[in-house]
Amino acid sequence: MTTITFIHPDNRSESVDAEDDTSVMLAALTHGVDGIVAECGGNAVCATCHVYIHEAWAGKLDPVSDDEDTLLDGTASERLPNSRLSCQIKITPALDGLVVRLPERQS
Amino acid sequence: MNPTDVSASSDAPAGAGTAIPQLDIDPFAIGFFDDPYPAHQEMREAAPVIYLHKWNVYGVARYAEVYAVLNDPQTFCSSRGVGLSDFAKETPWRPPSLILEADPPAHTRTRAVLSQVLSPAVMKQIRDRFMSAAEAKVDELLARGRFDAITDLAQAYPLSIFPDAMGLQAEGREHLIPYASLVFNAFGPPNELRKQAIERSAPHQAYVTAQCQRDALTPGGFGACVHAFADKGDITAVEAPLLVRSLLSAGLDTTIYGIGAAVYCLARFPDQWERLRQDPSLARNAFEEAVRLESPVQTFFRTTTREVELGGCRIGEGEKVLMFLGAANRDPRRWDAPDRYDITRKVSGHVGFGYGIHMCVGQLVARLEGEAILTALARKVATIAITGPVKRGYNNNTLRGLESLPVTFTRA
Repeated sequence: MTTITFIHPDNRSESVDAEDDTSVMLAALTHGVDGIVAECGGNAVCATCHVYIHEAWAGKLDPVSDDEDTLLDGTASERLPNSRLSCQIKITPALDGLVVRLPERQS
Repeated sequence: MNPTDVSASSDAPAGAGTAIPQLDIDPFAIGFFDDPYPAHQEMREAAPVIYLHKWNVYGVARYAEVYAVLNDPQTFCSSRGVGLSDFAKETPWRPPSLILEADPPAHTRTRAVLSQVLSPAVMKQIRDRFMSAAEAKVDELLARGRFDAITDLAQAYPLSIFPDAMGLQAEGREHLIPYASLVFNAFGPPNELRKQAIERSAPHQAYVTAQCQRDALTPGGFGACVHAFADKGDITAVEAPLLVRSLLSAGLDTTIYGIGAAVYCLARFPDQWERLRQDPSLARNAFEEAVRLESPVQTFFRTTTREVELGGCRIGEGEKVLMFLGAANRDPRRWDAPDRYDITRKVSGHVGFGYGIHMCVGQLVARLEGEAILTALARKVATIAITGPVKRGYNNNTLRGLESLPVTFTRA
């Protein structure tokens, strides 16, 4: 199990134990964390699982693919340098302690 | 091939080849269209994989198996057709789609182009236009009071916005719905619906073929955007019109059925309608939940590229597998109170738009149209009452929806 912490726009934080080989998006949905919509279910179509990665983790994730980069241009809340789509972040033990901030809006 | 023979064969690998029940169900018959839910339940409860001897196909109706098939495009391919017709054995009725009826790696390239044409960023650009058109349509309907929610709303709204967004010429648009209807009928078996649709198809095909050409498309529309990718070298000039054709095939009728489904749900579930009026920001999820519950696209086929074990059942190579998307979307193994329309349901993961690499490439346009109409309804309409006989459509092998829904709106 890998612990992922979601920080809501009102600064409330929720930590979940995510199963490896799933995704940060799926961890939120499975554990009932609001704020991740994931309309397309993780198929890299919709940009409604947008998160901001905590600075401490910025360089530790796999880089953004071209597909994800295109989708991030369409996020409902502002795209920032630390914006990612949570469906594209695979859960591995190396991500234990990852902190992500949820945007105001997903659509 | 008889599935009972498959399961009984002596060379079946250990642990594989659980008996596959044969069911006497024709999912492309009028009686089935009338009320598919008892048959959906029978198929779901019978086994993870079933066999329908009427058309000699395997079927999956549970969420887990539908999901598994959608997520394994190498084993369950699309290039042999996503209807009953096997392109390895029969000549397709039209040149195959370069995206729907293609497998990776060919599919990856064309999919990338349409994904960019219909990206979230593009949706931001068209959003205001779609929202104002929905408000204008609802204002017009409120002025009328009583009307048909299928023809005057579910059809009229997409027709007022989508052909222009595509960049289509004004002439000939009456072919769009018949062409889409033809495409979705043609996924079905060689029954009367399919035969008649193809017999009458020539003028609709001629219109669409001409309308997909570069010089027939207005600059700035989705169609012209597809052609622009030919200039960049991502696709060829020959491929571009066929990719425009995909948008015309799948971009209109589906949203008509989706909006019709959503209005029908809101008219039948007054508590959910009230909830939407209280919080119009639920409009987008209310549309999504209607797509789950009603599943406007009911079925798609895949073809096995090898022998495969699915849900403990063994299926040979070259077999057609029919996915019951509508049954999966109401599988109680996956959904709580699956027959209930709940606009706050966490609906992510439903297969109403498919799933995996072939998941509807135009889903963002569909959602934008649905959100726009439901937002306008929630803000402007007080009550939706069904005030005449509700008529189901029986004219399509794949799409499920109403033909007529007489309603009366009162102003908020």
